[in-house]
Amino acid sequence: MSAGARLPRWVDLGLLPLLNLAAAFLLSGLVVLAIGEDPIKALRILVNGAVGYPEAVAFTLYYTTNFILTGLAVALAFHAGLFNIGGEGQAYVAGLGVGLVCLYLDFLPGFAVVPIAILSAAAFGAAWAAIPGWLEAYRGSHVVITTIMFNFLAAALMTYLITNWLLDPAHGAPETRRFAGHTTLWTMQQMLGWFGIKAPRSPLNAAFFLALAAAAFVWIYVWHTRAGYRLRTVGSSHKAALYAGIDPARTIVVAMAISGALAGLMAVNEIQGAQARLLLSFTGGYGFVGIAVALMGRNHPVGVCLAALLFGALYQGGAELAFEMRNINREMVIVIQGLIILFCGALENMFRPTLARLFARQGAA
Amino acid sequence: MEDLVLQTVSLLASTVRLAVPLILCALAGLFAERSGVVDIGLEGKMLAGAFAAASVAFWLQSAWAGLAAAMLVSIAFALVHGFACITHRGNQVVAGMALNVLAVGLTAVLAFAWFQEGGKTPALADAARFRPLQLPFVAEISTVPVLGTIYARLLSGHNALVYLTAALVPLVAFVVFRTRFGLRLRAVGENPHAVDTAGISVARLRYQAMLASGALCGIAGAYLSTAQSASFLREMTAGKGFLALAALIFGKWMPIPTLFACLLFAFADALQGRLQGVALPGIGVVPVQAIQALPYLLTILLLAGFVGKAHAPRASGIPYSKEK
Amino acid sequence: MEAASALELPALELRGIDKSFGAVHANRAVDLSVAKGSIHGIVGENGAGKSTLMGIVYGYYAADAGTIRVDGKEVHIAASQDAIAAGIGMVHQHFMLVENFTVLENVLLGAEGGALLKKGEAAARAALGKIMADYGLEVDLDAKIETLDVGTQQRVEILKALYRGAQILILDEPTAVLTPQEADALFRLLDTWRSQGRTVILITHKLREILAATDRVTVMRQGAVVATRDTAATSQEELAELMVGRRVQLRVAKDACVPGAEVLRATGLRYVDARGVERLRGVSLSVRAGEIVGIAGVSGNGQSELLEALAGLLPLAGGEIFYKSEKLAPPGTAAASRAARLHGIAHVPEDRHRMGMVVGYSAAESTILGYHGDEDLGFGPLLSNRAATTRTARLMGAYDVRPAAPALRSGNFSGGNQQKIVLGREIDRDPELLLIGQPTRGVDIGAIEFIHRRLVALRDAGKAILLVSCELDEILGLADRILVMFDGRIVGELGRDAADERALGLMMAGVAQAAAAE
Repeated sequence: MSAGARLPRWVDLGLLPLLNLAAAFLLSGLVVLAIGEDPIKALRILVNGAVGYPEAVAFTLYYTTNFILTGLAVALAFHAGLFNIGGEGQAYVAGLGVGLVCLYLDFLPGFAVVPIAILSAAAFGAAWAAIPGWLEAYRGSHVVITTIMFNFLAAALMTYLITNWLLDPAHGAPETRRFAGHTTLWTMQQMLGWFGIKAPRSPLNAAFFLALAAAAFVWIYVWHTRAGYRLRTVGSSHKAALYAGIDPARTIVVAMAISGALAGLMAVNEIQGAQARLLLSFTGGYGFVGIAVALMGRNHPVGVCLAALLFGALYQGGAELAFEMRNINREMVIVIQGLIILFCGALENMFRPTLARLFARQGAA
Repeated sequence: MEDLVLQTVSLLASTVRLAVPLILCALAGLFAERSGVVDIGLEGKMLAGAFAAASVAFWLQSAWAGLAAAMLVSIAFALVHGFACITHRGNQVVAGMALNVLAVGLTAVLAFAWFQEGGKTPALADAARFRPLQLPFVAEISTVPVLGTIYARLLSGHNALVYLTAALVPLVAFVVFRTRFGLRLRAVGENPHAVDTAGISVARLRYQAMLASGALCGIAGAYLSTAQSASFLREMTAGKGFLALAALIFGKWMPIPTLFACLLFAFADALQGRLQGVALPGIGVVPVQAIQALPYLLTILLLAGFVGKAHAPRASGIPYSKEK
Repeated sequence: MEAASALELPALELRGIDKSFGAVHANRAVDLSVAKGSIHGIVGENGAGKSTLMGIVYGYYAADAGTIRVDGKEVHIAASQDAIAAGIGMVHQHFMLVENFTVLENVLLGAEGGALLKKGEAAARAALGKIMADYGLEVDLDAKIETLDVGTQQRVEILKALYRGAQILILDEPTAVLTPQEADALFRLLDTWRSQGRTVILITHKLREILAATDRVTVMRQGAVVATRDTAATSQEELAELMVGRRVQLRVAKDACVPGAEVLRATGLRYVDARGVERLRGVSLSVRAGEIVGIAGVSGNGQSELLEALAGLLPLAGGEIFYKSEKLAPPGTAAASRAARLHGIAHVPEDRHRMGMVVGYSAAESTILGYHGDEDLGFGPLLSNRAATTRTARLMGAYDVRPAAPALRSGNFSGGNQQKIVLGREIDRDPELLLIGQPTRGVDIGAIEFIHRRLVALRDAGKAILLVSCELDEILGLADRILVMFDGRIVGELGRDAADERALGLMMAGVAQAAAAE
């Protein structure tokens, strides 16, 4: 029951996030200025690099796919009152789920092995998240800390498995052999080809549609099912949940499992779609980006998709930026990401009192 | 015999060297979390400090100037954390996360732009680093069997920051448990309302804790880039901030137990290098990753109440507001 | 003891104190004058602004406008330290203690007497020893707060204020956690202070206490002061009328009770809470169709736990619950709470905001809490928001909820309308048994009458009702049979006709239980 100022809905959902975003970009521009480059020019290169030509768009959407999934994972857990910052580890372990199926069940036909691999990814991710969920629900260990620890455990486990058991000895790098062609997902190039559309080569693949389907699933699950009602009730008050005959502990484990499954699907895009082999550290921090995406997207699937698109564009445009500008490297994107988490997440209420005063005065006038 | 002693002593000496950044960070976290601010931003503060130390030490050719810069930058990060969580009552975990990401990005971008060495800082000359110090009479005592070896190789021969850290642990313990500031610090993390009604400003107290946290993380960062290494490397903290957090939990938010947790984790780290490929009798070759994972596994087991029970300060993680 | 002479400057004088929290106007231009060496009572309903006003005096909240004078001198109180410096001490309703600190550490906090603790500790021990001896406030200084009972914790709060040399002591609802005997001891202590020239401000909503302990009394309503009286020249009736702003009629007209078959029987219920305190020590009771059984008692004597246990929410350490002679599964799980509801046991919980509803939910979402599994609310696993809205609109009409807006956030309704939503949801199912706790806490007078009429109507329809309330008037007005709880046990039972406040009061104190129970 905070005395937090109430704002019109459009301000709360539209203006305030945009202001926060603007602040993050303004500060990013100052960083660019500080290292002696022109922020306006940088922005132009960034935008052009993200959406300026077909290949750029394809790469942007490929990154977007990862971010939708990891963003949804954070958002869903949030509605159950849980902060899952273990998406990185859950996706990493899910890669093992994909890899094992594509490597060892490739005697099966494509229509069987592809869905099995996807389900396997979801199951591995779910399992890796359900353990911290169980520890929170039944042993009272805080999920924030345990998911951080599980990220490190995942890294150790995967390094061990890949370097000791799964790597292709014929290959120098710590990665498995290439998966058989029929076990991987269709590329966008392939799919557009069916309709006679020529598309550039890119890592964009069918997992993009999987991500959109996942967003629709989260929307329906959270707001239009009885299970979603249970989840949100637990997220609001354990006492109310118990009163309503809802088992908070069970609901927490289920929520973490679904969250982990969503994060796990990211491995489908990377391993089964883009890379066609299991390799070290393929998650590349995308799990953490999911936190920023969920914060910016206000934990709503539509918001998550939009925020994921923004981050997808940033990642792709950032690569172009590093290529075009001598003084800027790819980490510029991480700076922007950090500032977005800061302003859209931790400082989300910074402008609120000012806006509230502004609108109160307007309302009174 | 002397050989075994030498080996043990050298293992312990590298344990000490590896433990220093963990201890400093864990003490930093102790101040923050005891005040009620969950600090997963230790990693970021340390990384920013490491970069600042290496850059300034290179420009000014002075390790001490580097240390000062590291502390300032790290404190600045801590104040941003405070601004978000104390002043604006933002989510503490999110703020810590933001600082971690920001530190990774900023250090890489600035290092790349300023030094053009692909994201690292230029190698530091010995004069711009913290070099090992010899304690008095090392030459005379080192000939004494066992004790001499211990004195010369375990107690002596570390850099100034190691000795500083050794002095800081009892100092922090004293401050937390025997001073007015410590009493208030412990109280504000448990029940800020009690502190407020006792006529003490909650925000001020928490900012003070964040200052201490920033300063200590800065020293840890300087240690990494100007004592242990001779330059800043991208993401050179490599999860040490989180490991320190684990140690803090393992030490139940108390200085001395936390020190031992840090030493234990560092020992595992030191051992791992030596065990690589070595078959242990009865066990066989222990995978490096298993040892790497050990601290995290232990912490999880502790948190789950399988080995003892850790109680976080009761008010940690909750922004303070007078209306309940 | 006479009140201080009029010539002397008041110990505390407030002028035009105004305070808003967002849209809530908590204090409206409050003037208050408290004579030195007197005990001054402040009464008012929940939410009348008493605690906020004293929070301002103690520097916990900052007033939007107004001035504060202590001994005739204007003081600027921006934080608690200013209040402490001005000689004001406060014992808050919710204690401001650090649970894992010792008593001594809690007293020292903020008054350490130097940068190092050691010296201050020794001095504090000596000073506290003297205070404890002078006032008979014995506490083990080295005990951890979490090991102490609430009465002792209150003593620590008082010690804190005295150690800081408070001349004006504010006590906010101090008897809420005390047994009547402890309350009497506290009032004797207040007398001692008054005789020493200290000033006491006693905030309460219990009129009995005002008449027993104070020299003057100020009545607050909706954030404003409506009257100040000499205690000797006023009565409970007058004060009650001033508090609510019109003649109070808490007695609901109702016919004689015609009890039917036994609906609920509990035998030997025992419950131990997470801290190991035994809250229920073998409670047995029975409720029949067509009667309202009231449970009276000082807050914290196990009534809340009893209600939750019967609703299936608390894991019992012993005892059995029979519903229509069928034994219920051991409570304490979500399944038990679900089963109770399916059996036709409705429950309106005491804690409306955290248990009865979800304040962040729309009214429609709160209205299906516990009934979200209903078949008519969706198809299979799906939940239809439209069906929930339709149901809510109907209930809002039937229970006079204002505004009748199913999409409005539950937390934005007034306390009375929130309670109507919860009550409507629970009795809409035509339950055989209603468990209801503090039905009118934080509820405005208009809604109280509505709720009371509904409960009586439900009884007349042949349903069984178990009512837990800390308001004796409510129990006396509604219940057909009254059980009194003290220290986790039922210490007596009275028929409505045999009950009066005196008899109940004695039983609530744990006195005369043998005589009444046999």
